[in-house]
Amino acid sequence: MSTQHENSSEHHNHHDDHHNYVEGAPHSTFSGYMIGFIASVILTAIPFWLVIGDVLSTRNATVLVILGFALVQIIVHMVYFLHMNFHSESGWTMLSLIFTLVLLFITIAGSLWAMYHMNVNMMPSMMPSMSGGS
Amino acid sequence: MSEQLDLSTLIFGKLSLEAIPYHDPILLATFAMMALGGIALLAVLTHYKVWGYLWTEWFTSIDHKRIGVMYMILGLIMMLRGFADALMMRIQQAIAFGDATGYLPPEHYDQIFTAHGVIMIFFVAMPFVVGLMNFIVPLQIGARDVAFPFLNNLSFWLTSAGAGLVMVSLFIGEFAKSGWLAYPPLTGIMQSPGVGVDYYIWALQIAGVGTLLSGVNFTVTIIKMRAPGMSLMKMPVFTWTALCTNILIVAAFPVLTAVLGLLTLDRYLDMNFFTNDLGGNAMMYVNLIWIWGHPEVYILILPIFGVFSEIVSTYSGKRLFGYSSMVYATLVITILSYLVWLHHFFTMGSGATVNSFFGITTMIISIPTGAKIFNWLFTMYRGRIQFEVPMLWTIGFMITFVIGGMTGVLLAVPPADFVLHNSLFLIAHFHNVIIGGVVFGVFAAIAYWYPKVTGYKLDPFWGKVSFWSWLVGFYLAFMPLYMLGFMGVTRRMSHFDDPSLQIWFQAALVGAVLIAVGIASFLIQLYVSYKKRDSLRDVTGDPWGGRTLEWSTSSPPPQYNFAFTPKVYDNDAWWHMKTHGFERPTSGFLPIHMPKNTAAGIILSGISAVLGFAMIWHMWLLAGVSFAGLIIAIIVHSFNYKRDYYIPAEEVAKVEAQRNEVPA
Amino acid sequence: MSNSAVISAANPADKFDFLVRDDSHHVPNGSLLGFWIYLMSDCLIFAALFATYGVLSQNYAGGPSGAALFDLPLVALNTAFLLFSSITYGFAVLQMQQGKLPGTMIWLTITGLFGAAFLGLELYEFYHLILEGAGPQRSAFLSSFFALVGTHGLHVSFGIIWLITLLFQLRKHGLTGANRRRVFCLSMFWHFLDVIWIGVFTIVYLMGSLT
Repeated sequence: MSTQHENSSEHHNHHDDHHNYVEGAPHSTFSGYMIGFIASVILTAIPFWLVIGDVLSTRNATVLVILGFALVQIIVHMVYFLHMNFHSESGWTMLSLIFTLVLLFITIAGSLWAMYHMNVNMMPSMMPSMSGGS
Repeated sequence: MSEQLDLSTLIFGKLSLEAIPYHDPILLATFAMMALGGIALLAVLTHYKVWGYLWTEWFTSIDHKRIGVMYMILGLIMMLRGFADALMMRIQQAIAFGDATGYLPPEHYDQIFTAHGVIMIFFVAMPFVVGLMNFIVPLQIGARDVAFPFLNNLSFWLTSAGAGLVMVSLFIGEFAKSGWLAYPPLTGIMQSPGVGVDYYIWALQIAGVGTLLSGVNFTVTIIKMRAPGMSLMKMPVFTWTALCTNILIVAAFPVLTAVLGLLTLDRYLDMNFFTNDLGGNAMMYVNLIWIWGHPEVYILILPIFGVFSEIVSTYSGKRLFGYSSMVYATLVITILSYLVWLHHFFTMGSGATVNSFFGITTMIISIPTGAKIFNWLFTMYRGRIQFEVPMLWTIGFMITFVIGGMTGVLLAVPPADFVLHNSLFLIAHFHNVIIGGVVFGVFAAIAYWYPKVTGYKLDPFWGKVSFWSWLVGFYLAFMPLYMLGFMGVTRRMSHFDDPSLQIWFQAALVGAVLIAVGIASFLIQLYVSYKKRDSLRDVTGDPWGGRTLEWSTSSPPPQYNFAFTPKVYDNDAWWHMKTHGFERPTSGFLPIHMPKNTAAGIILSGISAVLGFAMIWHMWLLAGVSFAGLIIAIIVHSFNYKRDYYIPAEEVAKVEAQRNEVPA
Repeated sequence: MSNSAVISAANPADKFDFLVRDDSHHVPNGSLLGFWIYLMSDCLIFAALFATYGVLSQNYAGGPSGAALFDLPLVALNTAFLLFSSITYGFAVLQMQQGKLPGTMIWLTITGLFGAAFLGLELYEFYHLILEGAGPQRSAFLSSFFALVGTHGLHVSFGIIWLITLLFQLRKHGLTGANRRRVFCLSMFWHFLDVIWIGVFTIVYLMGSLT
């Protein structure tokens, strides 16, 4: 029913080449990447050091600290590598990220909570009193 | 469990002639009917030389309207299969008492109830709902197509590939016998060593990819491609519900992919996620699958809520009451649907604290739905109501869905659920909401939008026959099940010892037969309407006095939907245009940029189906080759940069002129 | 049956411009948002896998635990590979912003090499675990370890295949709009995988090594 013109898509590609940017794409800078990189190196090295060197006194303290470092490093990656901001795609990028993080929390926390209770009630032999072997 | 790695095993895997069920007369008869019917269909298509037309105009089309229709056809075909399963179960349960064992041995009956559930949810309800969104959403937002037209085509064919694998399991091998959610350890490799569970896994994984891509596609479409002036709060309610549905798809289907993947690892590579030994925990499967499963049922019902909003508003001749509260109710349902999943397994043992939390959230989620019912009623109040067939379905829905919702709130109370879980009460509840909600809604939507899709209305007489048969049939089929559930009867039973129960099952069978009449009437309606289409013709594009933009196009719309992108100023954009002096343009048309057709979707899906079949039967050579083929095909497709073209202005002018020739 | 003639007479003074009559309405390209939303769905696959790991990670079934198995210096090296690959991808994007095709392709290639090094080291780790009898069949803990870390590795593998394909496409068509979008999409994918890895090395390797 409709005719197709081949030359139109070349016209379109040609049109695109005039832009040195992609619409909606974030703008990267060398300094941004370097800040992110150096921060990430530090935020990775310290947790490894804490665990390998058995630095902190209690396991719980170590867990809390390294989780905190992981969270910070994730934010560093989001901001400096993924250029996360409130304006990208009219705020939809941020909104979808927040929504996903909420669901991620619900999935993990909800599963851990429910499964812990199920294990206590239904499979007490599965409870982690069985420590790791050699 | 280790297989000899000689060449014939590498090629044929577990597949042999034994896989074909020679000994089962029911399957043989089914196969004979389908083979004859299939050959007849192919012969007719070949005789009329329509293969070329079908290929270029339908199978490779990236037009959302064509893809939408194909989804509806897929849903309809699979509904016939799924309903046949239902009828077989009703017959068996009506006769198998005491010494009478019925005609279905348990291992066959178990496949039937599994297939019934899988087909109805994944290959009937989902295609219907996705098909409706496909056709209508771009039109309602004033767009020419979706954001990713090629992905749209791929999504359809991936869904069809999954359906195809389920159909193949009828005649080659077997299907799962585990129920539609396939709980381990029953579905682990030890207790289900056959291919049935593998058919289930691969059909759903392949179709699941299609659905997920659709979710991304429509989310981006609605966010980015609305006509100028159509802010979020000026979108039609159906588009709002479509947005929330697709967000739910993106949020929920990954969990299904993950949990089926873990089951696959257990079955194929002997891992221990859900096994009884070596640390596995089958309860984790139930937990994860319902994290997907609950949002899934909202994925099915939210678009239907949108459908009814459009229908009630149009046939009451009034703007929808409480637009903002409808939107907020939809958003609240979307978020809350992720917080209720444990109510599907109160009895699994998480204890009072956990159960209470989820029981409360489940009760809360009924509130926004209640708000919607009131809004629909207030819309109807003091409206000039046209009792067309869609309105009949709507009233049937409102009564039936509310009853089903109430039994849901009853089940939300954990102590009550302890008695009723996995009884026929539960079966009655979810059929109540799915049939009363999704099925009635789909039939309403088909009757409502049929003239837009085809250019002629559906014959009202047969529509009414279908509606009344479905309505009375549903109540007769499922109200007895509520009673049986209260009396303690368990689900998924193929035989009973207590003869006092039989009368209830016989009543249910009569109901099922009535529903069959309803389905037959619908098919007759399609045929009769086609024959009478000239007398049912929609010449204006707006046969009901519609309010949203799809009614501004011709029936059916042109390929490009809108010669000029509309500008929107208010809710009910088309109503605003009609009441503020809109005149259709007759000149000044411009070339229109459109995407090209593609065969890549059907090819990739075909390869995926082969890959799935090969994995099911452990045909490792074929699996490896088809997997490599899939990657190569994707890469080759990515080298295609010439995916669009322009419809010349003269062409557009010609199409628009044809419309203006028709008397208003 | 349209009543527009009757209805519009009621509001003759209203004059609305209902159609975009010129070329001005430019349908925005949805690729970047679409790919981001796909990544969010991918994130939820990992959420399910992390949840599974969280539930099953203590189920050693009498077999080895993480503390017995994990080689943290190796993991640190692997983490370094992935982090370096992220920064080299960043350099590729900077080159692309300046319109420099050769520089873009060079930094992409280096990224791919770091990715391959990551994968190679991970395969080496898996191979040794299996040889030691600590394969995924040994216990639920090990099944969930291999599934989570393995899924991440599979994603990296697909990323590398995509990267190679993209290099060919850049060579063939240059820095067209379509190719730039693809580079940005792969960039999002690549950085996202590094984000997931932060979760993996913290929750699986570091926490798993604590006694």
